[in-house]
Amino acid sequence: MTDLSEITASDTTEVPLTTKADWSSDQAVRWCPGCGDYSILTAVQMMMPDLGVRRENTVFISGIGCAARFPYYMNTYGMHSIHGRSPAIASGLAIARPDLDVWVVGGDGDMLSIGGNHLIHALRRNVNIKILLFNNQIYGLTKGQYSPTSEPGKVTKSSPFGSLDQPFNPISVALGAEASFVARTHDMDRKHMQATFARAHAHDGAALVEVFQNCNVFNDGAFDAITKKANRDDMLIDLRHGEPIRFGAELERGVMLDDAGSAVLVDVADVGADKLLVHDEQQPDPSVAFALSRLASTPSEPTPLGVFRAVDRDEYTAASEAQVDAAKQQQGPGDLNALLHSLPTWEV
Amino acid sequence: MTDTLEPVGAAKDIDQVIVRFAGDSGDGMQLTGDRFTSASALFGNDLATLPDFPAEIRAPQGTLAGVSAFQVQISNHEITTPGDAPNVLVAMNPAALKSDVGRLEVGGTIIVNVDAFEERNLTKAGYIDNPLEDGSLAAFTVIEVQMTTLTKEVAKDLGVKPRDAERSKNFFALGLLSWMYSRPLDPTLEWIDAKFGGREAIVAANKAAFHAGHAYGETAELSEHHYQVRPATLEKGTYTSINGNTALSWGLVAAAHQASTPLFLGSYPITPASDILHELSKHKNFDVRTFQAEDEIAAVGAALGASYGGHIGITTTSGPGVALKGETIGLAISLELPLVVIDIQRGGPSTGLPTKTEASDLMMAMYGRHGEAPMPIVAAYNPSQCFFAAIEAVRIAVKYRTPVMLLSDGYLANGSAPWKIPDVSTLPEIPVHYATEPNQTNEDGEGVFWPYLRDENLVRPWAIPGTPDLMHRIGGLEKEDGTGNVSYSPENHELMTDIRQARIDKIADDIPLAELVGDADASICVLGWGSTWGAITGATRRLRSAGHKLAHIHLTHLNPFPPNLGELLGGFDTVICPELNLGQLSRLVRAEYLVDVKSITKMMGQPYTAGELESAFLDALNG
Repeated sequence: MTDLSEITASDTTEVPLTTKADWSSDQAVRWCPGCGDYSILTAVQMMMPDLGVRRENTVFISGIGCAARFPYYMNTYGMHSIHGRSPAIASGLAIARPDLDVWVVGGDGDMLSIGGNHLIHALRRNVNIKILLFNNQIYGLTKGQYSPTSEPGKVTKSSPFGSLDQPFNPISVALGAEASFVARTHDMDRKHMQATFARAHAHDGAALVEVFQNCNVFNDGAFDAITKKANRDDMLIDLRHGEPIRFGAELERGVMLDDAGSAVLVDVADVGADKLLVHDEQQPDPSVAFALSRLASTPSEPTPLGVFRAVDRDEYTAASEAQVDAAKQQQGPGDLNALLHSLPTWEV
Repeated sequence: MTDTLEPVGAAKDIDQVIVRFAGDSGDGMQLTGDRFTSASALFGNDLATLPDFPAEIRAPQGTLAGVSAFQVQISNHEITTPGDAPNVLVAMNPAALKSDVGRLEVGGTIIVNVDAFEERNLTKAGYIDNPLEDGSLAAFTVIEVQMTTLTKEVAKDLGVKPRDAERSKNFFALGLLSWMYSRPLDPTLEWIDAKFGGREAIVAANKAAFHAGHAYGETAELSEHHYQVRPATLEKGTYTSINGNTALSWGLVAAAHQASTPLFLGSYPITPASDILHELSKHKNFDVRTFQAEDEIAAVGAALGASYGGHIGITTTSGPGVALKGETIGLAISLELPLVVIDIQRGGPSTGLPTKTEASDLMMAMYGRHGEAPMPIVAAYNPSQCFFAAIEAVRIAVKYRTPVMLLSDGYLANGSAPWKIPDVSTLPEIPVHYATEPNQTNEDGEGVFWPYLRDENLVRPWAIPGTPDLMHRIGGLEKEDGTGNVSYSPENHELMTDIRQARIDKIADDIPLAELVGDADASICVLGWGSTWGAITGATRRLRSAGHKLAHIHLTHLNPFPPNLGELLGGFDTVICPELNLGQLSRLVRAEYLVDVKSITKMMGQPYTAGELESAFLDALNG
């Protein structure tokens, strides 16, 4: 018999060096050719060797959808669970096993529609899980219905006269849900993805990374206006902690806060560099991060990328362990016989 | 009864008494009943209780909707139910009288708080005339006591506000009943100290009201109502009075202890299951983790996640919560991971009767999932046995890597009975085996791990994250036999479906045989499950002591059935199955064994009384 503590005991030997191949499972990848998911998978598999973690201590949990096939392709522990529920299942695993690195992968339907409730509660609790939200603004696996991030008026199979829904802005949702780490990246920039995922991994608490991901079958080119190489300089706003927020080929444009507290795009020449907003991802108040998340309502306007928010806040699984440890210290390890005699007793 | 003359004022010996406390939701009737029960338990009586309260926390004061009642039977011999018709009704207001007087035995005693019988309260209760004055209670002995007035009087110099003083009147009623039935006073006085310690004025007022009620009995010429119920002759041992939810919680702690494995409860508050969450959250020193999830779905999801990580995952729920968990139970069946789903059944459908009992989720437990998704079902049958039912559910879940449905109900959850505390060294060990080594060799002669390679019980390995070299992926998609890889092969799906069924069926070899209680040569057998045990046992005992032949089989395992059940039932001309549903077990048994089960049903949110079943069985006996 093997005790759970033997498995959870930290291995003190050096973490073996690995390569991308070590993190790739033997399963054939079955996304549509050209799908953005491939580049995200590659980015994750390439990043893992740099994290200094063990494969056996790494778990990928997903729900249902195209993105949710992700765990099958990672040579780690993995669970392809049910639609929308992966943050809940991952929370239970992470609370039971704080020794593990638990990643959650899902699409915009999985995370924001059927699983929206679990997502916001995992974020507010700050359970130590790393959530990669592949946002392609469409339902792929069910063959092309509008999703909770589709733009208003979107014509799809289920909305031939245009979608009537106001979409979610995933970054705004996460910030509103008290997330301690919120970031955005996109599937056309592997380096940026790797750096962003690594930041999420390093964060102590729940982390949400929105990944703009192209569905080349049902919503092809949804992000072209901002992520195509030729457009990036003018359309992607790189958020760098401690630096004024600027973009454009000559960094001629920037972001400042107006009198109402909204983030607005400006020409640096018009306002002067010292008026620009200096990005502070560690600001306890999420208002400015929220304002930044509202700069673009669709991926056709200049859109911020990078870490919106990364703050220190009590992490749930550690707090849960602390309660268990404190109870053992104060009350002693559980004494079953004493428990059964803890209500008034009498002798016959 | 003897004809010996009793000295004046001495308590008359009686074998048992059934007392029902009824009042407004704010009158503290549950607490009063609990204290009367506790004192009786410590005194050594056998007892059974039936708390009966509305779903509203505070329904409009004085109305019928707001009546909260607590019935307890205490006796000097072994009993199995809270009794049929109460002998004594304590009615704190007109609504309580109106709502519960119909339950009282003819000739029974009614103790009323006469202060509450003023026009406003009478109107709220729907009385046109005061029942205390119009002769409608002529069939009963009515004792009118000014409980509010007398309570305020004794509390007036104790530093409590008059409003707070009045709230002690339930202790006055408890004191009076304690005198009438010769209950010991110390347990209640000690309890008041412990409960209200630090709020000295409240302690003083409650104690004063309690003593005043007791003294009232002594001095107010109630001597013809002075009784004693001597201790019951129970098996030797140390006893405690326990309700089903507490026993069930302790059973879960004990099971995890016996498995030397941490327990993880994922739960969302719902009546009447919440008390298990409350109880388990106190016992973190037993390596128990409790997680109050955002909803029922997340609760079971988190429990399954914990099981995947090697903990014993548990989720608790009731009513509509069971429906919400169905999808995740299906995943657990597909993943073949241990999980215990505890359903404290209540009246349905939908929100139904949240605080009232029913046993109508058996088909839900059996079939309430899409696809062919079998899972074992264990059912508790009395409050203290909830302890063992919980251990059994965990044992099956862990050993056979399957979700298990554990059924209890509102009546067991809140009802109390004395429990002979078991010797913990007699509890079964629950061995836990995590896989640690590859279990298959690939073409290159290297060890590899196949997550769906099975042992002789068709059980797959429990390989938890953190184990080197066993990394694997599992999911809700159909898996290839052995490798666990995703498979859409028609033959494989049929094979896996058959295996999932066979592995549950096989558990029949590892559960106790069905036991027949009573007369093996009877022509009639009563088949029961769950909380009907008390009433069935009471009814069959009465009929058998009157000379009738009757057998009783009570099921604790409902899927799979004990392997001898079909043969046992086949030996009787008639099988009667009383249930708090529309005949769910009857249908399962008919389908399984082609036995023409005669179904008796009750859907009133109340348990059967032994009397109801006695007359039903008598009808059957008389053909």
